[in-house]
Amino acid sequence: MKPPPFSYHDPRTVADVVDLLGRLENAKLLAGGQSLMPMLNMRYVLPDHIVDLNRVEGLSYIKAPDGVLEVGAMTRQRDLEFSEIVGVRCPIMHEAIREVGHRQTRNRGTLGGSLCHLDPSAELVTLAAALDAKVTVASKKGTRSIDFAAFPVAYMTPALELDELLTAATFPCWPAGHGYAFVEFARRHGDFAIVSTAVLIEEDKSGKVTRASVTLGGMGPAPVRASEVERALIGEVIEEKRLRDICEVLRKLEAIEDIHAPASYRQQLATVLPRRALLKAHERIAGGARP
Amino acid sequence: MNETRKIAVTVNGTRYEETVPVRVTLADFIRHQLGLTGTHLGCEHGVCGACTILFDGRSARSCLMLAVQADGHDILTVEGIAPNADTLHPLQEAFRDNHGLQCGFCTPGILTTLIEFLRDNPDPTEQEVRIGISGNLCRCTGYQNIVIAALDAAKRLRSEDGRRKTDDR
Repeated sequence: MKPPPFSYHDPRTVADVVDLLGRLENAKLLAGGQSLMPMLNMRYVLPDHIVDLNRVEGLSYIKAPDGVLEVGAMTRQRDLEFSEIVGVRCPIMHEAIREVGHRQTRNRGTLGGSLCHLDPSAELVTLAAALDAKVTVASKKGTRSIDFAAFPVAYMTPALELDELLTAATFPCWPAGHGYAFVEFARRHGDFAIVSTAVLIEEDKSGKVTRASVTLGGMGPAPVRASEVERALIGEVIEEKRLRDICEVLRKLEAIEDIHAPASYRQQLATVLPRRALLKAHERIAGGARP
Repeated sequence: MNETRKIAVTVNGTRYEETVPVRVTLADFIRHQLGLTGTHLGCEHGVCGACTILFDGRSARSCLMLAVQADGHDILTVEGIAPNADTLHPLQEAFRDNHGLQCGFCTPGILTTLIEFLRDNPDPTEQEVRIGISGNLCRCTGYQNIVIAALDAAKRLRSEDGRRKTDDR
């Protein structure tokens, strides 16, 4: 028996969850458990209460209303991986999700759990930043929406109050025919990335870039949008030599240093991975994705 | 503080009604309370894959779940793979014939993982098998024969399916 003692709650509705969060001290929400359970097993966290979300109704769904993909917080990563609607409306998510852990962890791991755990190298976190996602949050006071750009407030710390529950995330879809790629470098398949990048582009008929989103994960406490590169890409025709010049500026990004890699290594990856991803995105448009 | 709960869970087709401390992991419950020690514990923090079980038909790390979460659910452990006490499952036969195990510690997790994998992907490539078992560590470094065994098992299961379909006719 490894986890520390706690009281266990398994509410059935969102209203019951926020009620519990409003009155329990030192409570932790248990979603897919692929990060919290190891932390409990190793006693990195010592909660007095575990509020298990696995029996809460209505938090697991994938919908695609006008122009967005809306995903319930308790939707398993595996359901995203095999969802046809995700493949059609948000193909980059399919590419990213295959890099998330392993089959056994994706079967349990959830979108909401990943976003709230907010590991700086987590693929879904990088992706949420790349797609300008919004998250919906519920508390006793009602619901509010938070731009994902404002969601990470510090290392692994989301902009959530103690009595708030993330219930869904909304990802704006790019139009059919856009180019995309999710590329990461990890020492072993399934590990958290040392650096990851999510790239989306649109091109006009002559092949010039008209819109670009370039995001790097793993560099610092939160994903970084490479806005300088995004601006520089507009009007360019994607071509390797030119990309080398454009992406060189990313070497100047601040980067963390840890047991896996020094900052300079991450900065080197930051110049290389977006270039590879942009080439792949461009090839996808050239390969028939162009409308 | 040692809160307990009553749970009802089906493991390998047998229904159990048990009282469990809420902080007990599903892996410890399966091993200590049900006595099914085929489910192995290597790292106990979700890295090694030795404790993989099927939870409602989906592979999951039983060290990363609480026993209370299994209430009302269906579990398959390595003990439930073979059709009966005298017959091995074709996947197990393929592992035996191809030396797909050395010390055997990781084998239960790899077998349960592959049961799901081959069900969803009956005709995988070698690369797909390698990705499929990437969440299972084997410290005998016996991956080569594990991959060979998995591909052989896929072939056996496909022909068995074919046989069954013919028998049905």
